[in-house]
Amino acid sequence: MRPFTYVRPGDAAEAVAAAAAPDAAYLGGGTNLVDLMRLGVATPGTLVDVTRVAGDEIEELPGGEVRVGAAVRNADLAGHPLIRRRYPMLAQAVVAGASGQIRNMATVAGNLLQRTRCPYFQDVTKPCNKRNPGSGCPARDGEHRDLAVLGHSAACVATHPSDMAVAMAALGAVVHVAGADGPRALPLPGLHRLPGDHPERDTLLRPGDLITAVDLPVLPMAARSRYRKVRDRASFAFAVVSVAAALEVDHGSGGPVVRDCRLALGGVAHTPWRAEAAETALRGGPATEEAFARAAGAELAAARPLPGNAFKVPLARNLIVRTLAGLVEGSS
Amino acid sequence: MTTTAAPAVGSALPRVDGLDKVTGRARYAFEHTPRDALYAAPVQATIARGEVDRVDATEALRRPGVVAVVWHANAPRLAPADDAELAVLQSPRVAYRGQYVAVVLAETPHEAREAARLLHVEYTAEPHDVELRADHPKMYRPAQVNAGYATDEEHGDPDAALAAAPVVVDATYTTPAEHNNPMEPHATVAEWHSGGLVLHDSTQGASALRRTLAALFGMPPEQVRVIARHVGGGFGSKGRAHPHVVLAALAAKQVGRPVKLAVTRQQMFAVTGYRTPTVQRVRLGAEPDGRLAAIVHEAFEQSSTIAEFAEQTTVPTRMMYAAPHRRTCHRLVRLDVPTPSWMRAPGETPGMFALESAMDELAAACGVDPVELRVRNEPATDPATGLPFSSRNLVACLREGARRFGWAGRDPRPGVRREGRLLVGTGVAASTYPAYRAPSAASVTAGPDGDFVVRIAATDIGTGARTALTQIAADALGTAPGRVRLEIGDSDLPRATVAGGSMGTASWGTAVVRACHALVAELDRHAGRVPAGGLTAEADTGEEIRGQEKLARHAFGAQFAEVAVDADTGETRVRRLLGVFAAGRIINPVTARSQFLGGMTMGLSMALLEESVMDREFGDYLNHDLAQYHLAAHADVPDVQACWVAEDDPHLNPMGSKGIGEIGIVGTAAAIANAVHHATGVRVRDLPIRLERLLEHLP
Amino acid sequence: MNTTEDDPAAGAVTADLRLRVNDRSRPVCVDTRETLLDTLRERLDLTGAKKGCDHGQCGACTVLLDGRRVKSCLVLTVTADDREITTVEGLARDGGLHPLQEAFVANDALQCGYCTPGQLCSALGMLAEAAQGWPSAVTPTDAGDGEVRLDEAEIRERMSGNLCRCGAYRGMVEAIGEVAR
Repeated sequence: MRPFTYVRPGDAAEAVAAAAAPDAAYLGGGTNLVDLMRLGVATPGTLVDVTRVAGDEIEELPGGEVRVGAAVRNADLAGHPLIRRRYPMLAQAVVAGASGQIRNMATVAGNLLQRTRCPYFQDVTKPCNKRNPGSGCPARDGEHRDLAVLGHSAACVATHPSDMAVAMAALGAVVHVAGADGPRALPLPGLHRLPGDHPERDTLLRPGDLITAVDLPVLPMAARSRYRKVRDRASFAFAVVSVAAALEVDHGSGGPVVRDCRLALGGVAHTPWRAEAAETALRGGPATEEAFARAAGAELAAARPLPGNAFKVPLARNLIVRTLAGLVEGSS
Repeated sequence: MTTTAAPAVGSALPRVDGLDKVTGRARYAFEHTPRDALYAAPVQATIARGEVDRVDATEALRRPGVVAVVWHANAPRLAPADDAELAVLQSPRVAYRGQYVAVVLAETPHEAREAARLLHVEYTAEPHDVELRADHPKMYRPAQVNAGYATDEEHGDPDAALAAAPVVVDATYTTPAEHNNPMEPHATVAEWHSGGLVLHDSTQGASALRRTLAALFGMPPEQVRVIARHVGGGFGSKGRAHPHVVLAALAAKQVGRPVKLAVTRQQMFAVTGYRTPTVQRVRLGAEPDGRLAAIVHEAFEQSSTIAEFAEQTTVPTRMMYAAPHRRTCHRLVRLDVPTPSWMRAPGETPGMFALESAMDELAAACGVDPVELRVRNEPATDPATGLPFSSRNLVACLREGARRFGWAGRDPRPGVRREGRLLVGTGVAASTYPAYRAPSAASVTAGPDGDFVVRIAATDIGTGARTALTQIAADALGTAPGRVRLEIGDSDLPRATVAGGSMGTASWGTAVVRACHALVAELDRHAGRVPAGGLTAEADTGEEIRGQEKLARHAFGAQFAEVAVDADTGETRVRRLLGVFAAGRIINPVTARSQFLGGMTMGLSMALLEESVMDREFGDYLNHDLAQYHLAAHADVPDVQACWVAEDDPHLNPMGSKGIGEIGIVGTAAAIANAVHHATGVRVRDLPIRLERLLEHLP
Repeated sequence: MNTTEDDPAAGAVTADLRLRVNDRSRPVCVDTRETLLDTLRERLDLTGAKKGCDHGQCGACTVLLDGRRVKSCLVLTVTADDREITTVEGLARDGGLHPLQEAFVANDALQCGYCTPGQLCSALGMLAEAAQGWPSAVTPTDAGDGEVRLDEAEIRERMSGNLCRCGAYRGMVEAIGEVAR
């Protein structure tokens, strides 16, 4: 690990100022950054500890939205009554991730900004366009079983590893950022970016930007939502594929009809993948397994799987159908 | 010396080092810090084959606290090694990616690692070949396989018998490379004194390691002391010296200061051994009632270019079932890969996955219940040698397991049991492991206070050896376990065989019993009075073991599994796992149960999760950490039960025990794969049983 | 905070801290790169917390920070100066074992012992989490906010951040279940 200076700022403004130092990085729970520093993947010269300045409260805003401080620990998020009641898929996504210890450490902002677990990215002795732009992507012809099937590029097939962010993407959460040019807000599906020719950039944040909070919108149908994660190990493993879904169903005489829905996928792309094509296909249509399968097909038509991860496409399809069907059963 | 106490052997004595382990007092190798010790950070090759051209240590040595960089050009010379893996830093050649090419020594661990990161090593890379294929042109027939078994064996005319058999199963199975991954990474603290070398090492065999190191450094064995009081698991990977031990000793010699070296979890995937991947073809020829006429079992495996490790994959097939015609063989290819080594039940574990899967396929083909099929093929004598079995209670295990598991009335049809979205099935497999014994020595001292000290260079790697030997000694001395203190884990103690091959307790226990009996005789000569300085007796079992009667000595078992497979995702989870074993006399039911359960848990992990993925482009095991190489976690391991049938075998050792450390894993993966077939109708012949192997084929 | 700001390229950056470990205050001067695990093991000779992977993937290093279980291999020591740190060495109080320690011995919930200190600290933190009503991945979605009843599935799921290669899981689940009841 490269030696670094440790700074503990008193407030967000001080933090942003401190992060102007060359090679500075914000330190949250450290569960990913410290790991990457030890691997030599991250080599910051200054660490700005923001765990005590970025907000650790969960509160309801006057408009009914729920504001989650950026430094809220994952465990506190998942255990909070407001989150469990209004956004069960978010609570479920968080407890589906990592382990109890890591959830006690990891912050909400850090979870959003964690880096891919692509094995090539994590090994500094091998090329990786994300770690070392222009060096190549060995995953494409090498091991990519756990990597992306949607939205990847010739330069990068990495996936975003977060569970929490998938639920937040489905919810349309809004990320608040303090930066050198003042505060701004990014809706969550737009925080992360597809790799394109610049896989070294995971998000649209600018250098020095500090996430201060995440707002969860008023979304009554989210009270009946679900996060389902497929993984090899029964616990403490990243998603092979996951789905976050919320569904509002009208039970009319002609059978159940989807009034509205939210759907996002994890483990399939460089970003938490909001399944907008599927959502469009679902809205106003019958809430049947056949319709769910058609909607899944609409979303996955864009999939370009690699030889070693083609199974993720039928897996995602099955998962979407089953999760939505489960929500219909729960709603009748 | 007379007592009326109940025998200690067979009693549930709590683990004698349990208290030290739950309080954190038990110290493992790296937790010894000699004054003035330096920290070592090894540097690994980043090519799979070629040569180190140049090591530029300038930048690394400029780091504060960095004391030295050692590589092949400046390393102390070693005596020629039997095991080329141990010729550490003796040449510029690189035989596999991850091989040690240098080591950095610094005052703190983070400085050592940072300097290692900055060390500049230049290579000339050569094309590498790291892919195991059964049809690899360089496949050859090794002279023998691990544990000294014959490479090939043939009885009768298996080809003709197969051609004539009414029912034939012909299937190819593969098992991946797997890494032992004990929770304690390998670590060595090396310190040179005027009198020689002292190592605190995480080893399964202090006596053997002492001999290995002494030879390499050209010293008499007495000048090397290896201490391993607590070892955080090994499963074979700490059974023989690996390069880091030599590296630590070499580095300490170079700088004249003690050196602490901990192998990182990532490094372990290259330098501490692993289970070879296998490709196995099994052909069974049978009568319509399932009685076997022929078995052919061929295994293809890999080793590194610098060391031949040929696993005895098909050896259990030689003694498992009665079949008049049989061929078993092994072929090996030397690739530019890390050197494989022992991992829990080497040979039996992958070999029995294939054989017991094939037996399940045969049961289905014949329409015979899988338990019954195995009973029908029970041999009267060892098919391999013709020798009588000292005891063989496989049938009892199968019957008892079937009773406890609720096997009776099982619907054999695959893929028909649904619980909601889950497909449910059950499976069975047999297991076996040889009852080895190796020479060891022990001493026991009676103190004037009525206490006894037993000394033997045995190791407790978590098996419960300390506890079992305490019980064995107590009975042999006719005293209570509380009066016996055991000193183990130190090569200065009487020489003992390695904690491996499931032979620790049998081997050490024999030596302890003989020493105790000698002491009892000695005490009798002293009319029961212990002199002020104590009274000591010793024993060495070399002669006894070399002279033991020729018999086929094996433990047996049967594993039963119930699995649920998610029909939408292909996720397989084990619901129930039962193992029934026949392993002679059980010394301690508590620690024995833990050993059986532990083996079965590792078998579950093997069945569903474990695979070391070879990166063909770069030539290393890619998923080299515990986030990517999945070991079964708490949530994967539900209702696991182990029990045993009573077995009185007078032909084993003074305790009447067979080894129990490895048999638990043997058979478990096959039982689970067979249950997956029963649940889904999909026969998975390639481990691990990942969801993508099922997904497209589910009913 | 008392950081000496050397040029990072030139060498180590150190900080003088006071750590509170097992109710004792321990002054230390640490490198900013040092993890709490290394400080405990290499500087304070508290070797109970184990290094099994050094990447937060095995749980052997688990300690309690302000009563919450964390992986000490991912905690930089400089961040822990005002926290209450509890290691396995601090579980036994007043000369008696903690009930979890007793239950681990009684249920043979260990073999090699290397993961054991982490399992114990994790179990202690986990019991507090369940008492607070925190859900896990197997908690029914309609469960209330109150204390979670720790059946075997809950214990297994909540303890899954602590790997045990010896496979002593069954004994551990039994031991923890006894203490939870």
